[in-house]
Amino acid sequence: MKISLGKWLLPVYSALALIFLMVPIVYTFIFSFNDSLKSNVAWRGFTLDKWLNVCTVQNGAVCQAFGNSLVIGAVATVFATVLGTMIAIAIVRYRFRFRTQTNLLLFLPMATPEVVLGAGLAAQFLALGVPKSMTTIILAHTMFCISFVVVTVKARVSSLDPALEEAGRDLYGSPTQVFLRVTFPLLLPGILAAALLSFALSFDDFIITNFNSGSVTTFPKYIYISAARGIPAEANVIASAVFIFALVIVVTAQVSKAAREKRLARQN
Amino acid sequence: MAIGTFAESGADLELVGIQKRFPGFTAIENLDLTIPAGSFFALLGPSGCGKTTTLRLVAGLEDPTTGRILIGGQDVTSQKPYQRPVNTVFQSYALFPHMTVLENVAFGLRRRKIGDPVAKAHEALRLVELDHLASRRPIQLSGGQQQRVALARALVNRPALLLLDEPLGALDLKLRRQMQLELKTIQEEVGLTFLHVTHDQEEAMTMADTVAVMNKGQIEQMGPPQQLYELPKTAFVANFLGQSNLFTGSVVGNTSTSIAVDIAGTRMVVPTSRAHRHAGEITIGVRPEKLSLHTEAPPVDSGRNLLGPGRVVDVSFSGVSTQYLVDVPGCGTIVVFAQNMAFGPVAHEGAEVWVSWNIDHGFGLDDDPADAPRFEADTDTQSIAAHRRDALLTELEEV
Amino acid sequence: MAFAAFTTNAAPVEPTQRRKSPIALFLLLPGMLYLVLFFLTPLVSLLLTSFQTPLVNGDVGQFSYAFQWENYVQVVTDYWPHILRSFGYALVATVLALAFSYPLAYFIGVKARKWPLMQSLMLVLVIAPFFISFLLRTLAWKQLLSDESFVITSLKALSLMAPDAHFTGTPAAVIFGLTYNFIPFMTLPLYSTLERLDVRYLEAGNDLYASPFQVFRKVTIPLSMPGIVAGTLLTFIPAAGDYINASRDFLGGPDTQMVGNVIEANFLVLLNYPAAAALSIILMSVILVIVTIYVKRAGTEELL
Repeated sequence: MKISLGKWLLPVYSALALIFLMVPIVYTFIFSFNDSLKSNVAWRGFTLDKWLNVCTVQNGAVCQAFGNSLVIGAVATVFATVLGTMIAIAIVRYRFRFRTQTNLLLFLPMATPEVVLGAGLAAQFLALGVPKSMTTIILAHTMFCISFVVVTVKARVSSLDPALEEAGRDLYGSPTQVFLRVTFPLLLPGILAAALLSFALSFDDFIITNFNSGSVTTFPKYIYISAARGIPAEANVIASAVFIFALVIVVTAQVSKAAREKRLARQN
Repeated sequence: MAIGTFAESGADLELVGIQKRFPGFTAIENLDLTIPAGSFFALLGPSGCGKTTTLRLVAGLEDPTTGRILIGGQDVTSQKPYQRPVNTVFQSYALFPHMTVLENVAFGLRRRKIGDPVAKAHEALRLVELDHLASRRPIQLSGGQQQRVALARALVNRPALLLLDEPLGALDLKLRRQMQLELKTIQEEVGLTFLHVTHDQEEAMTMADTVAVMNKGQIEQMGPPQQLYELPKTAFVANFLGQSNLFTGSVVGNTSTSIAVDIAGTRMVVPTSRAHRHAGEITIGVRPEKLSLHTEAPPVDSGRNLLGPGRVVDVSFSGVSTQYLVDVPGCGTIVVFAQNMAFGPVAHEGAEVWVSWNIDHGFGLDDDPADAPRFEADTDTQSIAAHRRDALLTELEEV
Repeated sequence: MAFAAFTTNAAPVEPTQRRKSPIALFLLLPGMLYLVLFFLTPLVSLLLTSFQTPLVNGDVGQFSYAFQWENYVQVVTDYWPHILRSFGYALVATVLALAFSYPLAYFIGVKARKWPLMQSLMLVLVIAPFFISFLLRTLAWKQLLSDESFVITSLKALSLMAPDAHFTGTPAAVIFGLTYNFIPFMTLPLYSTLERLDVRYLEAGNDLYASPFQVFRKVTIPLSMPGIVAGTLLTFIPAAGDYINASRDFLGGPDTQMVGNVIEANFLVLLNYPAAAALSIILMSVILVIVTIYVKRAGTEELL
């Protein structure tokens, strides 16, 4: 969109927009260094204390919540990734009846508001007399992650040249061998991306967890509960640490991919 | 043929009564084919004729609806691809992107648990002169190099039968010519049976010992390239391999050696040995390069057929030769290829010319003319434009 | 839809005939059964719960199965302001998010194509907020826009705001929060579509005497419609059901309660399960209507 105001309008806007997006993150990060007591609202002074002593006895609750979130995320990710990958392969490669219904059933969890998902599962557990625990949380998280895994892996499977697997069969590979040595290695990047996405969704989930967790606290739930009283700076520390970790991984992946492509282009 | 050992030489391939139906259409109607061991066989045809399907049936990547496939006398119809002594060079090469070139070539050997796969893989790469790139990834290679790796990957397994699915399609002209010669040399050296599928008739004729022309799921004609070209059996073959001038008429005379046909008033003669049908309505033809163009009425020669006078409608220069379109009343438009022995065309547009050819160069088709079109309708834009121009000029002249 | 932006840049290969095989069933069944068990059945459960009636002589929170459709009438009567408010806020937030995200997505997806590394890094910045818990993000804004914050005090000092006005606790704050939190959901699908936009169409438009604005209106917008629709759906639907932003502990106040807050309150606090369920079904039905319209036009293959 060329506006005669100059070609700088769009880049400047974009820069400002991106800065705007970063504001709360920077705020959270800064306040992780706040020498706060119970509530982390007013700035009292700079300290590295919170970073160095994240998990003390007094702050056990935060760390426990964080630990719970990690465990739940890991388990739910494994289940969702396995189930979702299987579905994705079936959808792209095979003919079967009720394809429309399958697509719809996979799409709906992504379109349903979290309140409805959470309330529904909670009502179900209630009706069955199942007490809420880590297990119910994991079951819930697996459920809404499957669809996202399917979308991600499906894209990867679609871009896989079927001739490669045919070559594998032509070159004396039994079906198992073709899957292990040709199909799976080529799908792996997509599966990893799906697993990462699934973990991120599970880790950050609050609403569904809130309905289905009973007394178990996850990291987001802890934040919600303590929002009224005051969130300790340790929560900021953990959140910032997670943020930096995730950012480093993603940026490294992008940079190395760009470097590799540049190297290949030069070679040819 | 045990999979654990290498084939000593190529094996026969036999397809018996093959039919392949897909939901919605039939790819192969009724195919019977025998390919002798050690030969270079080309399956030639336009897109959708069923040649790639045939290849995939032999490889085991598809199952025939009915029929049997025998390799070296053994029925392999029910065998899976990894059980057959057959390897394929795919059109897209299908090199595994996540493995090195060496690993790609060694893949089949490892699956069959052949001893010392690495050494054998290097040997195969040396055969295609790419051993120095053994540790590269496929994506780092050029198209021609990838093609050669695909070939090495298939050859290293010493299959009884090697299938090539239009492997040279993605290469530029010069590289393609080079690879055609290389493939032929390798085949003769190693002595394997090659089945090459292509739509490029020049490629088929250059490389193959035997060519089969396929159309709509059936083989129209099979034989040595030269025989197919000089003695086509059907109008499809006559027009798919090179170009032909075809004429339809009724037989008006028979001698022991030749048949006379009446084409719109002109009498044309065709040797009996070169005609499939000897009575009734038949279609005869002659190749454009066998025709001579005359600017004056030539003397009558009993050994030559003569058409004319006609008018040159179009002259098209293409380096080695010039193509003339000559309109002869009652016979349609005739295509003449003349080698450019001197500079400049023999006749210009609008000139009055005669066309003649040696009787022995004509051929008679096996088609029933009632099925085949009477005159080959020339629908390429060039001749349509030429005719139109001619019509306009005539119109203007009449005003 | 949206997440395809991050998975692969490879174009999908022409699918060969899909095979028919019993393996398909083996691959599909575990996952699909799981979804039937943990997604469909709960929805049915919710439906049944919405018709329940209080247990005779029972405690709070004890219900029995019935067909008390009056529940629906009750919740609509009690909570129609919340329902309307939810869709209203969600709509405004969606429009604002679209206006905010489109130029950004256009810049990253069209103008920045010459620098793929920068494209990737900018996209990382767009999704970076996902890496910080969205509760913390919303809380950060609450602090930043509270009455004592630098921003608000400055605005008041510059007389751009009345001395006794607040920002937090007002509908504006809730909408602001919703918009902010869903910007990535809007940007990614837009980027995905704009990234594939062939600029030669724009050049053709220019060549055919269209002004830049006309090119934008008649060529760019229609061609980016799939992204706009996807982004709108992905923003509006979760926004309508959100309750964090509107919660009093975050950016909301007593008059900004949305349907989500009410459902949460009824379910977890008041233990009035039928009411919560009825509201959820109402919310879900509106969403389903929207999705059905979308599916009717575009088919189900595009959904995933």
